[in-house]
Amino acid sequence: MSIWNKHQVFEKNSFVLLVGILVVVAIGGLVEIAPLFYLKSTIEKTEGMRPYTPLELAGRDIYIREGCYLCHSQMIRPMRDELERYGHFSLAAESMYDHPFQWGSKRTGPDLARVGGKYSDEWHVEHLINPRSLVPASIMPGYPFLAETELNTRDIQASLTVNSIVGVPYTDEQIENAAADIRGQAMPDTDAAYDFEERWPTAKIRSFDGNPREVTEMDALVAYLQVLGTMVDFSIYDDKANSR
Amino acid sequence: MAKSNAKLISLEEGGFAIFLVLLAFVCLIVAGKTFDQVMAFHAGIGALFAAISVFLIFKNYFDDGGEAIPAEIDGKPNYNLGPIKFGSIAAMFWGVAGFVVGLVIALQLAYPALNFDLPWTNFGRVRPLHTSAVIFAFGGNVLLATSMYVVQRTCRVRMPGKILPWFVILGYNAFIVIAGTGYLLGATQGKEYAEPEWYADLWLTIVWVMYLLLFLGTLWKRKEPHIYVANWFYLAFIVTIAMLHITNNLTIPVSIYSTKSYIVWAGVQDAMVQWWYGHNAVGFFLTAGFLAIMYYFIPKRAERPVYSYRLSIVHFWALIFLYIWAGPHHLHYTALPQWASTLGATFSIILWMPSWGGMINGLMTLSGAWDKLRTDPVLRMMVVSLAFYGMSTFEGPLMSLRSVNSLSHYTDWTIGHVHSGALGWVGYISFGALYCLVPWLWNKRSLYSLKLVDWHFWLSTIGIVLYITSMWVSGIMQGLMWRAYDALGFLEYSFVETVEAMHAFYVIRALGGALFVLGALIMAYNLWMTIRHGEAEEADATPAGSLAAAE
Repeated sequence: MSIWNKHQVFEKNSFVLLVGILVVVAIGGLVEIAPLFYLKSTIEKTEGMRPYTPLELAGRDIYIREGCYLCHSQMIRPMRDELERYGHFSLAAESMYDHPFQWGSKRTGPDLARVGGKYSDEWHVEHLINPRSLVPASIMPGYPFLAETELNTRDIQASLTVNSIVGVPYTDEQIENAAADIRGQAMPDTDAAYDFEERWPTAKIRSFDGNPREVTEMDALVAYLQVLGTMVDFSIYDDKANSR
Repeated sequence: MAKSNAKLISLEEGGFAIFLVLLAFVCLIVAGKTFDQVMAFHAGIGALFAAISVFLIFKNYFDDGGEAIPAEIDGKPNYNLGPIKFGSIAAMFWGVAGFVVGLVIALQLAYPALNFDLPWTNFGRVRPLHTSAVIFAFGGNVLLATSMYVVQRTCRVRMPGKILPWFVILGYNAFIVIAGTGYLLGATQGKEYAEPEWYADLWLTIVWVMYLLLFLGTLWKRKEPHIYVANWFYLAFIVTIAMLHITNNLTIPVSIYSTKSYIVWAGVQDAMVQWWYGHNAVGFFLTAGFLAIMYYFIPKRAERPVYSYRLSIVHFWALIFLYIWAGPHHLHYTALPQWASTLGATFSIILWMPSWGGMINGLMTLSGAWDKLRTDPVLRMMVVSLAFYGMSTFEGPLMSLRSVNSLSHYTDWTIGHVHSGALGWVGYISFGALYCLVPWLWNKRSLYSLKLVDWHFWLSTIGIVLYITSMWVSGIMQGLMWRAYDALGFLEYSFVETVEAMHAFYVIRALGGALFVLGALIMAYNLWMTIRHGEAEEADATPAGSLAAAE
């Protein structure tokens, strides 16, 4: 009879229905996701990208833990107002070491993709402790506990190891000295700082929370915020060659 | 042994008991060896839950002597309703909890002092608690409960297993507890709507596979030749959520003693995988599953057959094929290559058609019964849910257009859009289903009070309208303020000026949310009174006959 009767194959056989569903729902994802792994144009050619230092990575983990991504995007779109407000539009290359990505979906607060270097460390510390002391109309929660909590470095080496397993190019040396490098980056003018500088020549060494005797969660988070969007050297970036 | 005719413990009971004993041991070891306090807490909960479950399995075995429960009594299927009752109550509980948490975070955005600046009360940790509580705890329990009910009824058969259905419903709720407490304590993967950490994900995977087996097992035993259309949607929901959940949550834990893990995907690929997941959590969890509810409960309540069998076929296959493509419309103008986001938007536009096809199929089911909208507030709730479904599935494709999205993205417009779908469509169809289900499950003639349903309906409808209109205005306003230029060509507003401008709308939104919470509390009271004091249905009248397959 009519073609509609053919549909009985699915209605009378749960296994056929199951396979039919699986095939139908698999197609879209395969077509959209798979090419992103082999199309070379997906990730732009840039100079300057490096993995996060152990301190920055620990800061990123705090950023994730506190759910910052729920109010702050890290993805500048190529529109005039965004370029003027935040800077060069974000590149795929800039998040290629991000597990997971933190592009966000909502701007209850401003975009943070290029917040690095925009404000001083002191500003960030004060702002994180009490946002309304600097921005009276802000609706951001305060994070005073970050400055009072010592950074937990127990798992940092394992964190770098796992990151390297999933594709972040950490050297063996960087992984082995991860815990020492956390202190090195946050405690300038110590032996650890000199060793850190050798392994991480382009990273900033500062006491990010203003207290060089102790490494706190505030150190880590500010170190992360201060590196955001600063790695790629845009003076030699070729917008045309990377246009897609 | 107390009884001489006691049977040996069944393979199912023994298997679950052994698995749960092993699980309890693993949890104890992890709890003992970890330095991570959150992990210790969660492993402790895991060990406790597993131990209690083993105790209950054996207690049950010794109580009934291992006697199998009859699949039929007097030639009628002996439906397994216990786990469904649990799921219905859990849905109501998590629903109220999730709505209240939503109200709290809405107020935090209007009055930031309510964050209290403590780790576990700050917006960033509480917001995932809200989204997970309403989507996965409330929505999930509604889906589990209704699917177990519908698949048994439309197959005319008791679902298989003695322990299995309880394992699914209790295991799922254990996942909710682990996930929810984890957020507050800072265990999160940092992927929206996929925040639970690796061990919670692993546990959910086990529960979900069992759920799939339970559902398929019921289909295999069915006495009806045809699989009813609602079950196609349930099956698609279960299978696709499994695929999405596993792919999006591929992580490597830092160690098995740590809550922390790193996702295998990075940057742009992770973004694509995440929104492929995220949009289809909407498409398959919040749409396909609830469309299944529509296809059973609306015909049932209206006492009319589904409008068109052919439309259901087209609706089903078109919807599940097209939905899966729509994810990248969340990533317009980002570092995702434009071909991908354009492809996503194209399919989002096409998706409008099957969405409205489904809506029409549901609405037109009322032909010949439209008068019931006047007299039956439960049916009215379900019909209005379809109206909201139609509205948000029109708004969605609109917002997926690049030019519209350039304005709407990152603003409250998205939040308003999501809530017209979530409160209006998912909320109302769930409320309608629960209002139907509770009297059926507890064998009551009707609800305690239809008048209270009316109050629930009007309060929450006003609440939804306040919510979505305030978010439209604040979203569009903020989007326009961000891109406003003054006469000299400078940006007109600083960011914080746009935040200030939204305060009034955040207050209105919270007011809308409060009305919605109030409605849900009335509902909870009504259901409670139905269970406790409702008039019992006469013994021989089975609660509503079963539904013919759509033909």
